[in-house]
Amino acid sequence: MASSIRVRAITNGEITDVQTLIQHPMDSGFIKGENGELIPAHFIQELTFEHQGRTVFVADWGTAVSKDPYVKFSFKGGSKGDDLKISWIDNKGETDATTVKIQ
Amino acid sequence: MTGLRGSFLPTRRLVLKVGSSVVLLGVGTVLPIPFAASAANDRYPEAAFSQKDSAEAIRLLYGRVAEQTDRIKLDAPDIAENGAVVPVSATTTLTDVTSIAFVVPENPNPLAAYYRLPPGTMPSVANRLKMAKTGDVVAIVEAGGKLYSTSREVKVTVGGCGG
Repeated sequence: MASSIRVRAITNGEITDVQTLIQHPMDSGFIKGENGELIPAHFIQELTFEHQGRTVFVADWGTAVSKDPYVKFSFKGGSKGDDLKISWIDNKGETDATTVKIQ
Repeated sequence: MTGLRGSFLPTRRLVLKVGSSVVLLGVGTVLPIPFAASAANDRYPEAAFSQKDSAEAIRLLYGRVAEQTDRIKLDAPDIAENGAVVPVSATTTLTDVTSIAFVVPENPNPLAAYYRLPPGTMPSVANRLKMAKTGDVVAIVEAGGKLYSTSREVKVTVGGCGG
């Protein structure tokens, strides 16, 4: 199965910019579906980025993060070819993870 | 052996008694700020995210109140045609930044996102948020153990919670 996570991590030698897009419904629990009943909340709660095993960014999300979430951050360090691991867990306990190389 | 054990018992009771009174004292001092530690540890701050009042959500998350600052640059559109996808970003000139959070007071659950920034991570985050209706977006920055905030109004043409 294709990963739900798409990441682009680019370093300029000093700072690594990380842009991430995740496929996820991010259902808030406040919206009614076609049958007129509320769609239960289903959203990513925690998204973690690790560079060579060290945590560099943690996102804690609520229901107000848009569907198919996007997030961008940067950190000092990171060389071309280094591993960046991205993982998430949602409120139903579903998870996904991927590892990309810094470009 | 029995004699020995017997002589130990009073000491053990004494220790237990002292121990429990210390525990009680601890509970008493911690109670006024029950969730102050939640921002510091690594657990998902569930209580703050399910709060319906923004001030209460901030208090649960940090255990303190934020002061206004002009040192946070908060970017968001003046008018959002689609409240379901509002691009919001914040960057700050404050130093020793340990977290950045976004709060949308008009939303059913105002706390939208809370980003933890370890040393070496830049104090700048961009994301996309849902906004139920016209109102403020608030960026909260935790820096050097203090809390700062900046807000900005976004006019929402079509709300992000109506589907």
